Amino acid sequence: MTAARPDPDQLLDRLRSDELRAGRGRLRIYIGASAGAGKTYAMLTAAHEAVAKGVDVVIGVVETHGRADTAARVEGLARLPLRAVPHRGRDLAEFDLDAALARRPGLLLVDELAHSNAPGSRHPKRWQDVEDVLAAGIDVLSTLNIQHLESLNDVVAGIVGIRVKETLPDSVFDTADEVVMVDVPADELLARLKAGKVYVAPQAERAAQHFFRKGNLIALRELALRRMADRMQGDVLDYRDAQSIRDVWRTQEALLACVGPGPEGEQVVRSTARLAGRLNIAWHAVYVETPALQRAPRTERMRVLATLHLAETLSATTAVLTGANVAQALVEHAREHNLSTLVMGPARPKGGALWPHPWHRQPADEVARCGADLDVIRIGAPRSDTPSPSGTAGRDARSMASRAAEPASGRSRWTAYLWPVLGAVITTACLQPLSDLLEPTNIAMLFLLGVVGIAVRQGRGPAALAALLNVAAFDLFFIPPILSFTVNDAQYVLTFGVMLAVGLVVGQLTAGLRFQARIAAHRETRARKLFEFARDLSGALQRDQVVESTGSTLSSAFGSQVVLLLPGDDDALVMPHPAPDGLDLGIAQWACDQDRQAGLSTDTLPASPFRYVPLRAPMRIRGVLAIRPQDPRWLLIPEQQRQLDTFASLIAIALERVHYADVARQTLVGMEAERLRNSLLSAMSHDIRTPLTVLAGLAESLATVPPALSPDQLDQVHAIRDEVMHMSTLVANLLDMARIQSGAITLRREWQSLEEIIGTAIQSVRRQLGPRAVTVTLPPDLPLVEFDAVLIERVLANLLENAAKYTPPTTRITLSAACVGKDLRVTVADDGPGLPPGRADRLFDKFTRGDSESATPGVGLGLAICRAIVDAHGGHISAGASAQGGAALTFTLPLGTPPVIDADAELPVLPETA
Amino acid sequence: MSDPLPTAILIEDEPQIRRFVRAALEGEGWSVFEADTVKRGLIDIGTRRPDLVIVDLGLPDGDGAELIRDVRNWSSVPVIVLSARADETDKVKALDAGADDYLVKPFGVAELMARVRANLRRSRSDKTASPVFTFGNVEVDQSARIVRKAGAEVHLTPIEYRLLGVLIANVGRVMTHQQLLRAVWGPGRSDSSHYLRVYMGHLRQKLEDDAAQPRHILTETAVGYRLVEDAPGH
Repeated sequence: MTAARPDPDQLLDRLRSDELRAGRGRLRIYIGASAGAGKTYAMLTAAHEAVAKGVDVVIGVVETHGRADTAARVEGLARLPLRAVPHRGRDLAEFDLDAALARRPGLLLVDELAHSNAPGSRHPKRWQDVEDVLAAGIDVLSTLNIQHLESLNDVVAGIVGIRVKETLPDSVFDTADEVVMVDVPADELLARLKAGKVYVAPQAERAAQHFFRKGNLIALRELALRRMADRMQGDVLDYRDAQSIRDVWRTQEALLACVGPGPEGEQVVRSTARLAGRLNIAWHAVYVETPALQRAPRTERMRVLATLHLAETLSATTAVLTGANVAQALVEHAREHNLSTLVMGPARPKGGALWPHPWHRQPADEVARCGADLDVIRIGAPRSDTPSPSGTAGRDARSMASRAAEPASGRSRWTAYLWPVLGAVITTACLQPLSDLLEPTNIAMLFLLGVVGIAVRQGRGPAALAALLNVAAFDLFFIPPILSFTVNDAQYVLTFGVMLAVGLVVGQLTAGLRFQARIAAHRETRARKLFEFARDLSGALQRDQVVESTGSTLSSAFGSQVVLLLPGDDDALVMPHPAPDGLDLGIAQWACDQDRQAGLSTDTLPASPFRYVPLRAPMRIRGVLAIRPQDPRWLLIPEQQRQLDTFASLIAIALERVHYADVARQTLVGMEAERLRNSLLSAMSHDIRTPLTVLAGLAESLATVPPALSPDQLDQVHAIRDEVMHMSTLVANLLDMARIQSGAITLRREWQSLEEIIGTAIQSVRRQLGPRAVTVTLPPDLPLVEFDAVLIERVLANLLENAAKYTPPTTRITLSAACVGKDLRVTVADDGPGLPPGRADRLFDKFTRGDSESATPGVGLGLAICRAIVDAHGGHISAGASAQGGAALTFTLPLGTPPVIDADAELPVLPETA
Repeated sequence: MSDPLPTAILIEDEPQIRRFVRAALEGEGWSVFEADTVKRGLIDIGTRRPDLVIVDLGLPDGDGAELIRDVRNWSSVPVIVLSARADETDKVKALDAGADDYLVKPFGVAELMARVRANLRRSRSDKTASPVFTFGNVEVDQSARIVRKAGAEVHLTPIEYRLLGVLIANVGRVMTHQQLLRAVWGPGRSDSSHYLRVYMGHLRQKLEDDAAQPRHILTETAVGYRLVEDAPGH
């Protein structure tokens, strides 16, 4: 049990990544703690070494920042011209991805991996360009400053007080083939700075002064070294995995980042990502949508989605949960997915109050209560002095949101508030005549009923208003003194309170129920759509049906424009007719080739109006689904994304099924056709042979059965017999040709002795050869050769017959064979009149004969059959002149490796055969 | 021998073929019974105890190979197969089922009669086996295990000798690759017919005048081998 068995899943992963890596270029990143460490210089030095080794090195982009020694290192290296991208009236120079792919160097230098490309570029980030370059099999050298690493972004911001906008996903850094740390002590860096060797943009000079402080530099250096150490640890683990050096089977634990609605969600995500990276385990990020949060303002919801997106880029599995109780939903999710550790945000006062409500527990405490077996890590509060633009914006949005309160969506809300007024008026009007009959208590009850009714139908706000109005009406019209708010009996204060409380509670409950019902309805709709779609697809038998039901179902399910792009005959995607507006076939093809989503809200060309989803089926990518949602935000919601993925894989599987159904149908048709052809051919062969047999037999009977015939008659009888035999050969040739032409021939290859086949071939044409002598010269050590004996015998027989047919009876025929290189060469030569000049190449065509009209029988099929058979064996047949001046027909067969024959020693002891 | 007329049963569905085959056999003193179906043929073989059976492979009510397999359960009468099919596997199937020889349509009457004589001779000579067997200028003394060609002793390896022994025991009869492999190497090597080709080649080199144009150890392409006492075509 404790034996170090490699986990099969990991093995598979490794195989897959090895496979992925096989055709990929290698990425080496030079990493430094800060600008000025000398990364670019180190990279250029490595490039020069590569040039010295004969590698084709090209500079994609290198920022020299006017440093003389760096500029000197650039000298002597080939350089791609930069691409000019017009942006706001200026031209920005960017790395030219297409030029690099077209140039295909052995090694490409791309500085500043975290750089953001100018708007309108293919990818928003340079590292994505580099991915493409690597995918094309080109090795890349690049550079990176530690503060640009995504997961360290906020840590660096905390240290140096500057938040970097250009970030690199950790996955790129972690999956890079090599990372080289370019390290320089803080003092030396400061000295360099003083000497003007570190580039500082003029507009950032003040910030730079703040940045290049010794404390900052030391902290950054430590950060970089630590991150390097993490990566090294990863390398060590990978190595151990690869070598299966593992003593303990680690249970696959994972972290769960709980994203709240506040600005600290981002911090939770980054911290969890860092932690997960350090522990080398997977992690999830979830957001729990509660009825209260459902009403949160749009900006806040957008931020949650953005946070989840960030988590996805940091390679988390994300989900949006729904439930009335945050903690319960989290614990359930954690248990379900075997996540033992939850990472949660800092405690935060509810509703802007300065202290937490005593009865309103923090979710973290709640989780600790209902999931006692789970570990909870609570992230500290972000430093308030950190200038975090997104944070403050979020807070502003929040306070605005609380001010705006519930009635967020206009008109329908207002009508909801008319109902309580109406209800109060009607109740009062109805009860007025009955005021003498009913006890005030019962009247209060009826008013309470009105409040409950409003609460059930209209929710919490109107319920509160109804409670207020009903209490007022009750007081005004039914409690003495009538038409006065003055209350004599303090009892009624309690009545008001209860009515208000009941209204609010019922309203709250109803709102919760309604929320749950709405979520359930949503889920039900999703499931139903999925079910209906799966049912439609399973009924589809043709590609068009799949396209049609995809179009109708998806556009109704997602309320968006849907286009299914399928590959044509040349495997390139085909633009549908009419071409939809804004659809880019280039992006679709890229998504298809790279097996990655592209377009709207992805990393690749996010400005495109369409999202392109590759349809990945088990065997291959079957096409691309292009979808243009009415609301671009829609695709950010993880549930919708997952729904889209599910649809995509359903479509892909349906397409694949349809494809294989087609293949199966064609195969069946082919098999049926072949069966028919074969039965036809063998029936013809049988039906022709039978009368020929009768003819030959009866002719011979004439000759043998008394009375004896005269010599003249005997000759005629023999002539009949010979012609019948000849006709039989002709028919056999025709049928064979038909069989070969239709491709129905299957070679029964075995290791054969050529000598044996030559013997039978000569035997079979003995009659046609007549008095012509055949000399066979074979080398004594001729190996066995793999061929179909019947067919090669036919070739030899046809060649011999051909030689006999076109030569006088005194001709000598030589049959010889030799091993030449990897081929066996067999030649049938004669000393006859030779081939007609200029016809040698056409000799093997069908129905070609030496003389177009001659008395020699035959239709010229023999040599055509020879060529077809030899070709099928992978050999070659040709005609030429023999040494004796006659014709020489030569064919070759591949020699191969004959099987070993055991010596006599292995003879088993058998009972003597008498 | 003072036997009565030898009896042959001819099972063939084509009356014209039956007609000339019958004529040829009767010309050599056979008494011939005809049948046109498998069923009828089986009854005839059972009741008439023939000296020879000639059977067509494609009969209207069944496969000739099935008939041979049935007959071989209780009789060792020589069986010659007539086949209109070009495919060698049918012949191999018939031979493996127990047929002694085959002829492909269209065939010559002279050839048929030569085969008939050879098979009859073998079935008769079984009873009076002589230890010395001769073909061409080769003499095989099976009691002394000595092989001579033109008077000079020829050395054969144990496998070659065993192979030759099997051929002699079945002289005139087509032996399929399967049958030869089983008889010489035992059941284990039944799929390695290239062994056979190599040792057949050795035998021919040692016993034939021209190994490339053999007169006695003949190849039936894709089917098997046959040893004949008289050179064909002479």
